[in-house]
Amino acid sequence: MNFQPFKKILIGFAFSPNLKANIYESLRISSALNAEIIFFHVGEKTSEKASTIENIIKSCPQKNKNFSICWKSGKPVPILIKACYDLKIDLLLIGALKRENVLKFYLGSIARKITRNVSCSVLLLINPSLENRLLEHVVVNALDSPKTKETIKIAFYISRAFLSSKLTLVEEISRSKVDVQVDDDVTLKRAMLKKERLAKEEKNRVEDIIKNLPKEIKGEVNWKTQSIFGKRGYSIGHYAKVVRADLLIMNSEEKYSFINRLFPKDLEHILAEIPTDVLILKNRKNG
Amino acid sequence: MDSKSNLKNFIAYLPRNIFSGFVVSLIALPLGLGLAIASGAPPMAGIISAIVGGSVVALLGGSNLTITGPGNGLVIVVLSAILTLGEGDNYQGYLFTLAAIIISGLILVLFGVFRLGSLSEFFPSSALQGMLAAIGIGILATQVHVMFGFASEKGSALEQISTIPKTILYLFENPTIKTLLGATIGCISLLFMFFYSKIRIPFFHLIPAPMWVVIGSIGVVYYYGAILNSPVPISEDLMIRLPENFLGEFPAPNFTKVLNIDFIGFTLSITLVAFLESLLSIKAVDKLDPKKRRSNINKDLRALGLATIASGFLGGLNVVTVIARSSVNVNNGGTNRSANFFHALFMLLFILLFVSQIQKIPLPALAAILVYTGYKLAAPENFIRIYKIGKEQAFIFLITLFGTLVTDLITGIASGVLCTFIVHLFLNKSFVLFSRNWLKPSVLMFLEEESGNYYVSVKNFCSFLNFYKLKKKLDEIPETEHAIVDFSLCDFVDHTVMEGLNNYRRVFASKGGLLETIGLDIRSAETTHPFAVRKSLPQSNFLNFKSSLTKRQVSLQKLSTILDWEYLAQPVSDSGDLEKFLFFKTKLINYQYNSLKSKNNITSFFDLSYSEGAFIAKENLEATFLKIKSPKKLPVFVLDKENLMSIFYSFSRSKDINFKQHPVFSNRFFLYGDDRKAIRSLFSKDLIYFFENQPTYHVESNGKSVLIKGGDRLASIEEIKKMLSFAEGLGVVLSKKED
Repeated sequence: MNFQPFKKILIGFAFSPNLKANIYESLRISSALNAEIIFFHVGEKTSEKASTIENIIKSCPQKNKNFSICWKSGKPVPILIKACYDLKIDLLLIGALKRENVLKFYLGSIARKITRNVSCSVLLLINPSLENRLLEHVVVNALDSPKTKETIKIAFYISRAFLSSKLTLVEEISRSKVDVQVDDDVTLKRAMLKKERLAKEEKNRVEDIIKNLPKEIKGEVNWKTQSIFGKRGYSIGHYAKVVRADLLIMNSEEKYSFINRLFPKDLEHILAEIPTDVLILKNRKNG
Repeated sequence: MDSKSNLKNFIAYLPRNIFSGFVVSLIALPLGLGLAIASGAPPMAGIISAIVGGSVVALLGGSNLTITGPGNGLVIVVLSAILTLGEGDNYQGYLFTLAAIIISGLILVLFGVFRLGSLSEFFPSSALQGMLAAIGIGILATQVHVMFGFASEKGSALEQISTIPKTILYLFENPTIKTLLGATIGCISLLFMFFYSKIRIPFFHLIPAPMWVVIGSIGVVYYYGAILNSPVPISEDLMIRLPENFLGEFPAPNFTKVLNIDFIGFTLSITLVAFLESLLSIKAVDKLDPKKRRSNINKDLRALGLATIASGFLGGLNVVTVIARSSVNVNNGGTNRSANFFHALFMLLFILLFVSQIQKIPLPALAAILVYTGYKLAAPENFIRIYKIGKEQAFIFLITLFGTLVTDLITGIASGVLCTFIVHLFLNKSFVLFSRNWLKPSVLMFLEEESGNYYVSVKNFCSFLNFYKLKKKLDEIPETEHAIVDFSLCDFVDHTVMEGLNNYRRVFASKGGLLETIGLDIRSAETTHPFAVRKSLPQSNFLNFKSSLTKRQVSLQKLSTILDWEYLAQPVSDSGDLEKFLFFKTKLINYQYNSLKSKNNITSFFDLSYSEGAFIAKENLEATFLKIKSPKKLPVFVLDKENLMSIFYSFSRSKDINFKQHPVFSNRFFLYGDDRKAIRSLFSKDLIYFFENQPTYHVESNGKSVLIKGGDRLASIEEIKKMLSFAEGLGVVLSKKED
């Protein structure tokens, strides 16, 4: 298979209770994607720490020979971002913190900061586990954007790599597009027709993209489409949670400006309320 | 083509709407006069409001069966506006208040234009109930004095209540004919209002209770005038006075106080009450609509606003949608807005033709009608119902009630909203849940492409603060579909939402759809705040019937063991396909209880509590029904005893189907239905013979099942046995029929 979007994967690790689960998870992911894995720690290297991490790697039933461990001290976020750039990383794994209270929201888990600034794609893991998990249901955002074609391609690739049983392509349709206020039975009918038409258009658009995908990427993946009406970014997170998706794949946005942060847009909603494991794809030329 | 058939329909239904409009005007006339007098305005103000409201809203409105005119809710606000702004001169106060009314109409128009109808969702339902109760107490407190024959008693609602004993005592200390006659008319009128719904003579009910009161009291006055030839011993200020030339001179609204702080406050209060009363009524009437149409709330608000402006310039009160009169309209067969128009037209005719008779109406009679209205608003049942939902709801209710009585309406309702929010904070012990998630679009709705069902998921919390978001999504689902509302991602659901969802559930059920709520049981089991509110979904009964059975229930239980049927004494609110019967088209089913069901599920019978009409025109009824599944498909028909009522029905609704060769049957029964041909072929000799030789029941079919009803009360065990054998015989005759 020629198409391999993720050749080099980096995981930043800290000596937290989640350490073992994070390492196991990353080994599984890297071997499923047939990629090199780099374990990166921001902090002093001590022999004690080194042996801990090596023991964990050895104990994992899932092996990936193509691994290395890096140590660097300094401020975690800038160093990680720089490492991703310097090492030409394709995918960065982060164990994100699920929102629990307001404190974490304001301190901003490191994951949020990194996601905003890093150059490569990011996979946020909200509940890494020791056990081998199946990636049963993958949900991908198929909104109307030039990047979407690539996103869908990768979604199929990942679904195949992890043997997912279901891939749902979600077309988020902004409410303002419907543009019919429901007041009574007549307007309700009108709104219904308009929605039906919009959903059909979106569906055709996505199906066209899939039709043009090469066969070796499409494979036998069991896919379907679902259109939802609602606020962009927010509703897809809600949807992923409702259908208990195991992975949500999103496009990244163009550029984070100050305004975007004041008025959260698509990704910000997802990051503020991470519904499940999220893969954020950045459009970086491969190689 | 379509508009042609619409026109045809419109003309075909015209007699029904004229008739209904006439009956409504009978109740609207006394209410219009009474509400205006109670508001401290000239009696004509109420009539003008009804005439202008009826015609303008009928032309421009967005609802179907509503009747518009002066509203109960506004009495107290308008009265205090007139007294305060007039500073002693009540007529000046009235002119200032007219200006406030016109401005409030303008605000309502703007509400409609900017589609702010959904603002009404921000009021928690217990707080609204508290406010209505306070208004009721206010009306009751001022009008009780008038009912006892004292025209002017001033002061706040609480002061008025405190002087009630003094008023009654005065009657006993000075028992002259002059004081006693007024009080007697008032008291008898009040008793009549209370017992009217107990009198089950259909013909008698063609005229609404308030009109009987008016007719009766005019009769007393005429008795003195014409027969005894003596002046009526009621003091002058207890009689209605209409201006000599009321069509020629209209009062001029006085806008000079527009920037006065009191004026602004009253304008806002008037707007708020008119807005809330109208929206609550529109929604309640939509529930009664046999055709289950959906009103365009914002269009209706615009029309109400315009009508209010017009009414204000002509010297009338606010035009609001009123529930009691609308429900009378529904019950008398109104089908579209023309009924509202005809109600206005008849009001105009009355006022032109019967000026002198109207001036013979003694005020205590009108006051009695209003006392009854106030009592209905503030009835202890309302409080008990809320208390049963939860102690915290009762607390909110009381805070709003006293807040409104002690201060004013705006402060009262504001304190109710605030109190609700604090109660929610207290229940959740978290401010963050609300602060962080309030502005989020926490509702997701999508059409599941596999099943074709609508799925609605609610996240975080759902209370009066953000219910409008959920409502907006639910409004976008056609009620004929299957919708699932999932709260499993939601940490908190309040009473307002539960009540609102229950309304949606009913609408969906009546239109053939289904709305299900899931995720609440799971949630409360795993979190620490099980909110009492969840119990308010009537599926689980909150009526708490006693565990000990009555004598009748014991006999029913015995009967069930003899028949080997299932017996359930507890009330159930899921009425199944009952709402599809014509009989329940304009009635609301509360719950069924004492149900007996045969093992094969073909026959069931049950006691049913249902109600007809709404608010002061509401009648709660209980009767025993028997339902059998028909062995074959039947046409939809209704078979009832022929009486005076059916003559009226055949005029205003549908024609009796008669059979030439069966004169006895044709005379005894009133049979109707849309598919007359199919009904004629169904009623063959053997079926007619069967009906002729059995006691008369109300029998109707909805196509699949047959419903049998005895009298207008619960049936005794012996009557039940008779009904059972009747049903059995009917089943045999029906199954013998060829297709």
